[in-house]
Amino acid sequence: MDLSQALEIASHTDPGMVRSNNEDSIASVPDQGLVVLADGMGGYNAGEVASGMATTMLTTELRQLLEKHAPFEVDPQSGQKAAPKMLQQQIAKANTAIYQASQSQPQYAGMGTTLVVALFYDNKVMVAHIGDSRLYRMRGDEFSQVSKDHSLLQEQIDAGMLTKEQAKHSSNKNLVTKALGIDPVVEPEIHEYDTLPGDIYLLCSDGLSDMVSDDDIGMTLQALGANLNLAAQQLVQMANDNGGRDNVSVILIKILREYPAGQGLASKIFGWFR
Amino acid sequence: MAKLILSMDGLVLKEIPLSKERTTIGRKPHNDIQIDNLAVSGEHAVIVTILADSFLEDLGSTNGTFVNGKTVKKHFLQNNDVIELGKYKLKYMAEAVPGASKAADFEKTMVLRPGAARKPPEAPAAAPAAAAPAHVATMPAAAPAPVSAAAPAAPAAAAKSHGDTQVGVTAASVAAAAAPVRHAMLKLMSGAGAGKELELVKPLTTLGKPGVQVAVITRRPQGFFITHVEGANKPSVNGKPIEVQAHALNDHDVIELAGVKVEFFFKT
Repeated sequence: MDLSQALEIASHTDPGMVRSNNEDSIASVPDQGLVVLADGMGGYNAGEVASGMATTMLTTELRQLLEKHAPFEVDPQSGQKAAPKMLQQQIAKANTAIYQASQSQPQYAGMGTTLVVALFYDNKVMVAHIGDSRLYRMRGDEFSQVSKDHSLLQEQIDAGMLTKEQAKHSSNKNLVTKALGIDPVVEPEIHEYDTLPGDIYLLCSDGLSDMVSDDDIGMTLQALGANLNLAAQQLVQMANDNGGRDNVSVILIKILREYPAGQGLASKIFGWFR
Repeated sequence: MAKLILSMDGLVLKEIPLSKERTTIGRKPHNDIQIDNLAVSGEHAVIVTILADSFLEDLGSTNGTFVNGKTVKKHFLQNNDVIELGKYKLKYMAEAVPGASKAADFEKTMVLRPGAARKPPEAPAAAPAAAAPAHVATMPAAAPAPVSAAAPAAPAAAAKSHGDTQVGVTAASVAAAAAPVRHAMLKLMSGAGAGKELELVKPLTTLGKPGVQVAVITRRPQGFFITHVEGANKPSVNGKPIEVQAHALNDHDVIELAGVKVEFFFKT
């Protein structure tokens, strides 16, 4: 099923104003409704290697899998959709690859990456994330954070030690409690949400969310939602105007129209001959 | 490492580094900071330090704990906060800000792993990447367990409507910008509302009719810029249509879009 008519995708990535290299990595497969964003960490250029491995592996592997199986296909044995399993397995695969590279090559020791993946199908989006790269949603006037960071600050907020407001002044920023490629096994957090035409989804690295307030991000999407490319550039520019202390990456996805899965017999037969 | 400076009547008595995860304050001798004064409770307060952040908590003291003159139960300590217990004052000094060259390193994302042995809190600021696993900080034992997948969508405070509340936030983000920006205004020159003025206070202000022609004016440290957003025609400035990229606005420029003329000028 070609989703490129139902989804508009725009993205932008920038090293920021302080860093010389960009350890963020972004990728998308528009016709299959797949977008991936990773924010790498580790000495020298190892962060780039980790985030690059994550986005490349996930897009190539998932692209092949999605050509064979629709994400909404239900497995007769487990009664579950194919999508979460696909994501889980491919993320595990990427994790192993990054972990092994970091174990076998001294220059990559300790590298890892955050990850946020969104897969659109059947008027839904499935989101998998690890670490503090985020997914936001703009629906109507309401702009809200969908994913919950795996970070020390978020845990402190959950434990009631800090309010969201206080967290902005914390010195313990940038400490994630989960990352891809750091341990032999990682458990991504995976959720499914319904989408509506007109929704705008934003995937971003902490270079945006640390530098630009949620209100300003929301206002930008509200004002520039009609021109997604400009909105993506504007967000990066705002992060840089506020200091740009980290790499900044954004991927924007606008739902142009509904994209239900073909349920009828006709579409199934058509599917066989495709 | 953050520290406390204990003083009474302006006289500095002691400097106490916050090296422990829990630093207790009270009259009884087993406290880390003992203050032998009857106005101070046996177990008066505790400071919990997690990496570079410290939290002060009153332990149900008789006379209370004050920070900067206000009574607190629990408080997230900020640099130069003054804690008062009876006649005694404890000034909180946050960790010295790392040098400018180190600033970028300090911002780097790192992984915290539960279960690993506790290391001194200096770990996150750690040495450059040479020693490879330096970027893995360890987690204090008392830190809460990792969040499970239980809680989905957390709209929480982020879901604020774009009402008046926005102005405060806008001001904050503008203040964060490098250079101060002059105040600028727009004045309608034609149409029904001719003469109406609007101050450009937000980081971005849209003009025009959605679906027909829209442009946006962005407020940046370098000044104000107009960019075309949607519509077949681009807005014009002083009679000339603008290019695709952002166009810098000068004092008394006349913007024309969707059949309306607007003057841009700096407030004096």
